[in-house]
Amino acid sequence: MTFARVIIFSLFTLLAFTGFANLVPQVQGDPPVEEKIDAGSLDMAGMVSFGERLFSGKGTCTLCHNNLGRAPDLLEMDLAKAFPERLTDARYAGIAKGKTGAKAVENYIIESLKDPSKYVVAGFGKKGSSDSISPMPKVDAAPIELTNIEMNAVTAFLQDRAGLTPTVSLPSAEEASAASKSEDDEDEAEPVKTGVAAIEKYGCATCHDLEGSEGDLGPKLNGIGNKMSDAKLVEAIVKPNAEIAEGYEADTMPDDFGEQMRVSELNLIVEYLKKLPE
Amino acid sequence: MAFNNFLKAFVFLTLALLILFPDVAFAAADAAKDATVAAGAPKPTRADYPIIGGLNARTLAWGFAQMHLFLAAFVLAVPLFSIAMEYVGHLTKDERYDNMAHEFMKITMSAYSLTALFGGTLALTLFLFYPHLMGYLMKVFRGQMLIYALLFLLESVTLYIYYYSWNALRWGNRKWYHMSIGLLLNTVGLSLMFIANAWATFMMSPTGIDPATGAVVGTVWEATRNPLWNPVNLHRFIANIAYGGAIVGGYAAYMFLAEKKAEIKAHYDWMGYTSNFIAIAGFLPLPFAGYWLMAEIYAYSQQMGITAMGGILAWLFIIQAVLIGTIMLAANYYLWCGLMRTDRGAEYAKYVKYIAVVIVGGFLVWVTPHSLILTTDEIRMLGGTHHKFLGPLGIMPAKNTAVNLMLVFTFLSFQMFYRSSRIPTVSWAKAGNMAIIALYVVGCVNIVFAGLYGYITPTVYKVGASVPQVVSTLSIIVFAITIDIFMLRGAKTAKVHWGRMSERSQYALFVLPVAFTWLMGLMGYIRSSLRTHWHVYTVMKDNSPDAYIPTIGQAGNTITVITLSFMAVMVFVFWLSRLGATSQEKPS
Repeated sequence: MTFARVIIFSLFTLLAFTGFANLVPQVQGDPPVEEKIDAGSLDMAGMVSFGERLFSGKGTCTLCHNNLGRAPDLLEMDLAKAFPERLTDARYAGIAKGKTGAKAVENYIIESLKDPSKYVVAGFGKKGSSDSISPMPKVDAAPIELTNIEMNAVTAFLQDRAGLTPTVSLPSAEEASAASKSEDDEDEAEPVKTGVAAIEKYGCATCHDLEGSEGDLGPKLNGIGNKMSDAKLVEAIVKPNAEIAEGYEADTMPDDFGEQMRVSELNLIVEYLKKLPE
Repeated sequence: MAFNNFLKAFVFLTLALLILFPDVAFAAADAAKDATVAAGAPKPTRADYPIIGGLNARTLAWGFAQMHLFLAAFVLAVPLFSIAMEYVGHLTKDERYDNMAHEFMKITMSAYSLTALFGGTLALTLFLFYPHLMGYLMKVFRGQMLIYALLFLLESVTLYIYYYSWNALRWGNRKWYHMSIGLLLNTVGLSLMFIANAWATFMMSPTGIDPATGAVVGTVWEATRNPLWNPVNLHRFIANIAYGGAIVGGYAAYMFLAEKKAEIKAHYDWMGYTSNFIAIAGFLPLPFAGYWLMAEIYAYSQQMGITAMGGILAWLFIIQAVLIGTIMLAANYYLWCGLMRTDRGAEYAKYVKYIAVVIVGGFLVWVTPHSLILTTDEIRMLGGTHHKFLGPLGIMPAKNTAVNLMLVFTFLSFQMFYRSSRIPTVSWAKAGNMAIIALYVVGCVNIVFAGLYGYITPTVYKVGASVPQVVSTLSIIVFAITIDIFMLRGAKTAKVHWGRMSERSQYALFVLPVAFTWLMGLMGYIRSSLRTHWHVYTVMKDNSPDAYIPTIGQAGNTITVITLSFMAVMVFVFWLSRLGATSQEKPS
């Protein structure tokens, strides 16, 4: 009896913790989403807009550059006043020292992005470094890994915020081609948000019969959720040749969906398939 | 005589080996460096992650890792306070301490093989599902992994000798040999933990490698002493003691409830009290170790720090606050109930309500959030990103103040019970009591004022502003103990009626291991999630299908299942230790 009471009490305590964990807002932390851009057709307004998105997105700049005081609040402060002050600050010894104008600001920003410790704004250095070491990571290195085009876009955004005409160069045909190739290789398109959209994006219904699509190259998927577990469905998508359904041939389905799909997309497709009626 | 000589030789040689060990270990490991491939970190694609039997690799590795950690924390912690108790028993000639230390070790013995079993299963799981990562870690740590295995062997040998020689080396000088073996056991145990910590922290803050490619360019020692190694070492060391105390406390509580005989109940009541003391003694400095760890995380990568405290993981710290608040309330409740064990306890019981107000108030401040991810609707409802009145309670100065006051008043609960069975007889007793009261008042005022100062200092110095608060808390504890030691010399002692405890109080002791276990699971989830979509932060990307941070609900459900599994294992362990003490009566 004592044993049962103790176990029930412990279970109740555990359930209380679990319930609370399920009550708070639920957010899944997906890997950063790469924004697909047509680098070849970007004009300066597009660069500024792209830079703004990078500032709060992939660049994760707003993690620190906000009103909490860990780094200068670049979205609120008067950049038109701040940039000239920085360039003439006695502690600044970078490539734009003593220079003026939008180009100098561009050089200063790019320099700060690549080597944040080159100049640390007073009061924002690492503790104990006397403002000689910046806590900011180099944005062209991991974990942020902005490309040259992306750093230029962020720079254009900040120049625009300072009331300057952006001076960064637009992506050259070579850079645009490289960026495009990289995007093709890594499939950096925006991930879809629904199972239907994911099914459409990867063309599943072309070969599989899905709710009457009548594809017949692959097995019918209606009611598949009753026959396969989540893990098996994932395996069937990521490694289609691991197990071949009776009556169908190997190597028919592309075996690189594992490379192409994002985790969220894969999950959406599995959830969609599980709910398909017979 | 021959046995004595053998023991002397064994202890001497092993201690000498351990003193030399770090150099020998790292020299041996570095010798293998030339044989490693100078290539960078692997870049596995999603298809490179094996899918075996429809199993979810991450959940499996998560489960085995957490089970191994729970058990390892327990079996590493118990010998630590067992040897301390053995020493106290030897000094005070009170056999109860020695008997209890022996009983603690009996429980550990049953858990030890299960720890190894889960550790081995974890290793196999990792090699099976994450071969590229494990291959890379082996390149980085080279021979150190073999040294780990050898240390494990040494741990087994010393543990068995320590336990089985207990009665053979119980009295006189032989006790010192026994304690030396215990010391060796703890040294090896801690070395094992430090090595494993090096692997885990390397994955968070890698060093000894080329940051651009991940190629191994440094020594094993350089990879080992990465920025987060020592903070995690300290945090786990202290947490293990608290955790071990909590688990043994749960065991004592169960035995107290299950036993009928008054003298046995008294024994387990005393064991429960001592275990609770160990758990809280370990728990008191834990927030400070946590602050140091978080400060080092910020120093290593501000981005990583903000991800934890102000980003996607921020809600987890609210859950953490709830768990710690639960632990504090349960531990204090148990202490307040303990006042009924002494006849003078009622004199102190009248102060309980004030302590309760501080503990509950501190808990409420601690759970008040500040920087959270909010939806547009939520921002509109709040009238801004932070609540108008409660927002200021969400930032560090308020939380530091709350936690320090909670710790001070928890210590006060301890001190009240201790004082309830002792009446000072020294002539300066009144002055001594006034000094203690002044210490509490000045200390608490300093904690509050330092907290207020934290509001007007820049963010980067807020953590630094907590130092005077920590110093105040520790000063209160250290000086109050010191004054008590001198003031209570030759004090009249009132009888402590061990066993005179309500059944309800024992349930507070069950809350501790359950909450501690769940909390450890939660903190493990946070620590791993800080790497976000990297196996080795900034060096080796996680391209597996599970390269995302699960929602808190999903994580909470997983942690609950793991905690339940651990509880089942511990019930088995306790049952085994009881079975070993059971003898069948000879048939007539």
